[in-house]
Amino acid sequence: MAVTSAPKKRVRMKKLERDDFMWGVIFASPWILGFLLLTGWPIVSSIYYSFTQYSVLSAPQWIGLGNFREMFTADDVFRRALGNSAYFAVFFVPLSIVSSIAIALLLNQKIRGQTIYRTIYFLPVLVPDVALSILWLWMLNPQVGLVNTIIWELFHVQGPGWVADPNWSKPAVILMSLWTIGRSIVIYLASLQDVPQDLYDAGAVDGTNWWQRIRHVTLPMISSVIFFNLITTMIGALQMFTVPYIMSQGDGRPAQSLMFYAMALYRNAFVYFKMGYACAMAWILFIIVMAATLLTLRSSNRWVYYAGG
Amino acid sequence: MELTANSSAEARADYILKQERRGKIKRLLRTVFSHLLLLPLAFLFILPFYWMISTSLKSDRQVFAWPLVWFPNPLVWQNYPDSIAFFPFWLYLRNTVFIAGTSVVGAVLSNSLVAYSLGCIRWKGRDILFLIAVATMMIPYQVVMVPLFITFSNLGWVGTWLPLIVPSFFGGAFFIFLLRQFFRTIPNDLIDAGKIDGAAHPRIFAQIVLPLARPALFTVGLFQFLNSWGDFTGPLIYLSDSKMYTISLGLQYFRLQHDTMWQKLMAASVMLTLPIIILFFFTQRTFIQGITMTGLKG
Repeated sequence: MAVTSAPKKRVRMKKLERDDFMWGVIFASPWILGFLLLTGWPIVSSIYYSFTQYSVLSAPQWIGLGNFREMFTADDVFRRALGNSAYFAVFFVPLSIVSSIAIALLLNQKIRGQTIYRTIYFLPVLVPDVALSILWLWMLNPQVGLVNTIIWELFHVQGPGWVADPNWSKPAVILMSLWTIGRSIVIYLASLQDVPQDLYDAGAVDGTNWWQRIRHVTLPMISSVIFFNLITTMIGALQMFTVPYIMSQGDGRPAQSLMFYAMALYRNAFVYFKMGYACAMAWILFIIVMAATLLTLRSSNRWVYYAGG
Repeated sequence: MELTANSSAEARADYILKQERRGKIKRLLRTVFSHLLLLPLAFLFILPFYWMISTSLKSDRQVFAWPLVWFPNPLVWQNYPDSIAFFPFWLYLRNTVFIAGTSVVGAVLSNSLVAYSLGCIRWKGRDILFLIAVATMMIPYQVVMVPLFITFSNLGWVGTWLPLIVPSFFGGAFFIFLLRQFFRTIPNDLIDAGKIDGAAHPRIFAQIVLPLARPALFTVGLFQFLNSWGDFTGPLIYLSDSKMYTISLGLQYFRLQHDTMWQKLMAASVMLTLPIIILFFFTQRTFIQGITMTGLKG
């Protein structure tokens, strides 16, 4: 009996497997289509466009590396934009990571009002970008803004011109962005709450102090989360668009100090209709993002600790 | 001999007691110290909100008054109807809600289907597909921005809401990731039991998985709503007729035309922000869970 039923069983299994495959593809089909039409095809055509001159009105014209050559030799705006975005990322990413970890560590003690604090720090994340930018334009108004008033009340010095001053406009955007680190705080706090308590107890017995416990127990235990957050924050910073766009009325003023990379790209595409050039810029951005990610990834095996593997 | 042993035990007990007391004091000090840092910080985080609301209730004179007016008096509620009249707020609200609402339907439908395939069906290719999906998160939007615009323009969709809505019906890597994470916590036995009963995947999906996944689906809907509500780049690129604008885009043009009417700009900003804050307070747990789920399991 057993001998005769074995092949039947195998046939049944085969049929189940085929069914699973069929349904797997059917259920995944929205995304498969989406990937092909909304990501795959655009990527391929974007590569092609980046080697062309293309104004939408006439057909794309092949110019080889012309766009890239122009970018690196003749385009001041490109250089400014690259510098501005790098400036923002270099200052904002470490500042946001250090301060959100510090706040999460403070919150992670069995402290009264923990959820209230968490809610308060998270609220700014909810403010839509346009409202956020307009609110901070007002807060940072050089004459009657709240920030400069507080600076005057506290130190009796005239605060900087912020968004009106090319030297202070990027610090202004950084300051404003630090107001919205709540998402990272929430993520770090949750990961801190996952660190097993007995690790701390073991540490306490050994007579370690507070800083040693953070340095050798806490931070290694959440390092994979820090790593993930570092990468997403970095990518977000390099692609910053809406806030500087609105704060600078779309053209990077004052003196192009707020011309961020994604803004310059947008302007090339939709103000000057240099579609090919914009695509070329997008690929340079992609390379920069990839390089930054890979560098982080390569350094990660030195500082990221994965529990159980 | 017995005596010394006894006294040393006593001494040890005494020592432990002292240590404990010292630990308690230490802990108390640390709590006080933490509040001393957290409280002023919380105040700083609240301050811009307060400033937004208080400015929105000031008269023109109080906005620019020196020294600063902390408590507007009288409260000029008229700023709200004024700013509603200044830019067609109700029209833009309707537009935004329609775009966000249909996108939510699209995102919940498509992403739950895809996540079921990648999380609950065992088939060859699903791991590769998932990997590709995660990899697409690395691609900056700017890379596909221009070709997508050209495609939509060839379809005659530029100037309509379609480019803002239709893509949500094709799923997105972030949501697939989030939902798959959740689907995988559903015990396999439940799915296998369904199979043994002879149910095909559509029935298992609809009758077993979806009801269990309601909180996760809600999270996806919520996040999609927020994305659409606050989106600026999409409407900026695709909308040209001012009757089609969303609130975000409308507010930006309002600001460009009247950039010194701060009380009215702040009133409009409050109206753009408040619905989200209210939504947050009703859904706080789901919200925080969704964020930690996608932030932690990377």
